[in-house]
Amino acid sequence: MGKYIEDGLTAYRMKAKSEKISVPRPHRIKPLNLERGIEWLLKLSAAIAILAIVLITVFIFARGIPLIFKTGLIDFIFNLKWSPSHGSYGIATMLVGSLVITLSSLIWAVPLGILSAIFMAEVAPSRIGNLLGRLVELLAGIPSVVFGFFGLIVIVPFIRSHLGGNGMSVLAGAIILGIMILPTIISISRDSILTVPKEYKEGSLALGATHIQSISGVILPAARSGIITAVVLGMGRAIGETMAVVMVTGNSTIIPGSILSPVRTMTSNIVLEMGYAAGDHQAALFATGAVLFIFIVILNLVVSFSIKAGKNYAN
Amino acid sequence: MKYLKLKSENIKVFYKDFQALYDVNMDIQEKRVTALIGPSGCGKSTFLRTINRLNELIEGTRTEGQIYLDEEPIYEKDRDVVGLRRKVGMVFQKPSVFPMSIYENVAYGPRIHGIKDRNRLSEIVERSLKAANLWNEISDRLNSPAARLSGGQQQRLVIARVLAVEPEVILMDEPASALDPISTSRLEDLIGELKKNYTIVIVTHNMQQAARISDYTGFFLNGHLVEFSRTDELFVNPRDKRTEDYITGRFG
Repeated sequence: MGKYIEDGLTAYRMKAKSEKISVPRPHRIKPLNLERGIEWLLKLSAAIAILAIVLITVFIFARGIPLIFKTGLIDFIFNLKWSPSHGSYGIATMLVGSLVITLSSLIWAVPLGILSAIFMAEVAPSRIGNLLGRLVELLAGIPSVVFGFFGLIVIVPFIRSHLGGNGMSVLAGAIILGIMILPTIISISRDSILTVPKEYKEGSLALGATHIQSISGVILPAARSGIITAVVLGMGRAIGETMAVVMVTGNSTIIPGSILSPVRTMTSNIVLEMGYAAGDHQAALFATGAVLFIFIVILNLVVSFSIKAGKNYAN
Repeated sequence: MKYLKLKSENIKVFYKDFQALYDVNMDIQEKRVTALIGPSGCGKSTFLRTINRLNELIEGTRTEGQIYLDEEPIYEKDRDVVGLRRKVGMVFQKPSVFPMSIYENVAYGPRIHGIKDRNRLSEIVERSLKAANLWNEISDRLNSPAARLSGGQQQRLVIARVLAVEPEVILMDEPASALDPISTSRLEDLIGELKKNYTIVIVTHNMQQAARISDYTGFFLNGHLVEFSRTDELFVNPRDKRTEDYITGRFG
């Protein structure tokens, strides 16, 4: 395109020259200082943000890795005994704790969240869907300590008196965490369902599919990558959540035998002991953080690969 | 043998307070192509979508009047809409292939209507793709994503998907508006073949297209069906001044 314009201009100038018409000089675009300044500011902001993350990561690993070498990676991860006063640093119970708490909250919050999102995006009249959407987003803004407090005052005593144990348990953690990740799952799933082109739905209905068949056969598959993202972000929040979990799970360093037994997660471990840990003990907490970090990175990789694999079929 | 496939009687459509169609009466013959023309927003697509009751998806839409399919009223309280839409297939403006493989796109319809047998499904898929003149181009990659096909191929795939549920009527809403001239002419050839077995109602912006492919043409303006007659009559001897102005390109 630009070439034709240039050719045209040249031709025009040549014609003008031969016919002695004055031609306006082409404008030179002056490099604006403001433009450069803004570009520089953007670069600087990005650099600072990335640097902060890199520094923290490097710091965590630098403080944690030596201890892992000292105890041995296998021992650190698979040893069931966490006893800093005896120099025994095994995080197996916490690793299992984090997994159990996360999975048991996902098990009920994911189906419930996706079904709610379908209701809000597809079934409810749009006015009600929007209203619910806003309420859910409000729920996402409640600080985790408030959820933890609610769990401690309402859910823990309820479990204690109706199901047994002392109430501080996997179950209490799963309930509270599930409630906390619901808003993430609902609002992102809902957004991804709402962005499915309406042609898909109409195309399916026009073939004689029922509303529900269209949802399960076309709309959900088309919204798949968004829904997976919703689940992953929910999972990320569940693994990383600390405050509410510390408050309701009892924090014993044991492998939980049932949903009523207490449990300690990796994040809880760090927050519970960081106040007084020193030396190897403190390094072991950093090492816990490093394991948590790798854990989440692997999770994200798995998910982004599975989304890519599914994208092939999308438009 | 002429047979009246569809008959619309005083169809009115309202979107909330806005009236989109005023008393449309039209007789649509079996195994003929009926074209609906008119400027944007004249109600031709709205009318098309009354035939498979797809307007009902939009909140706040109300339809009055009656349409008869094989003399059966379709606006009836307990009318089975799913059954209606099986008989009346639809092809949209934007090729709406589903985000799945070519095979799955065509098998989708028969599957939701309860066909599970793999051999029968494959048979239906092959027959439908052949009928849509697509089989030769893609028979070796049925399992690749439908989204990778060209626009013209996607539109023929959508037609194959419609044919797979064995409809009697096919509605087409500006099916060629997103296609290049070659794909368009292939699509028009296909429509010519399909009318041997199906009743086709097509909305088009393109008057030459309407003239080329249709047997009957209806001209819509501001929600009114201004004129409806045989295509050759309407284009050669329009009865209404407004029709004449439109087809001679004075507005629209």
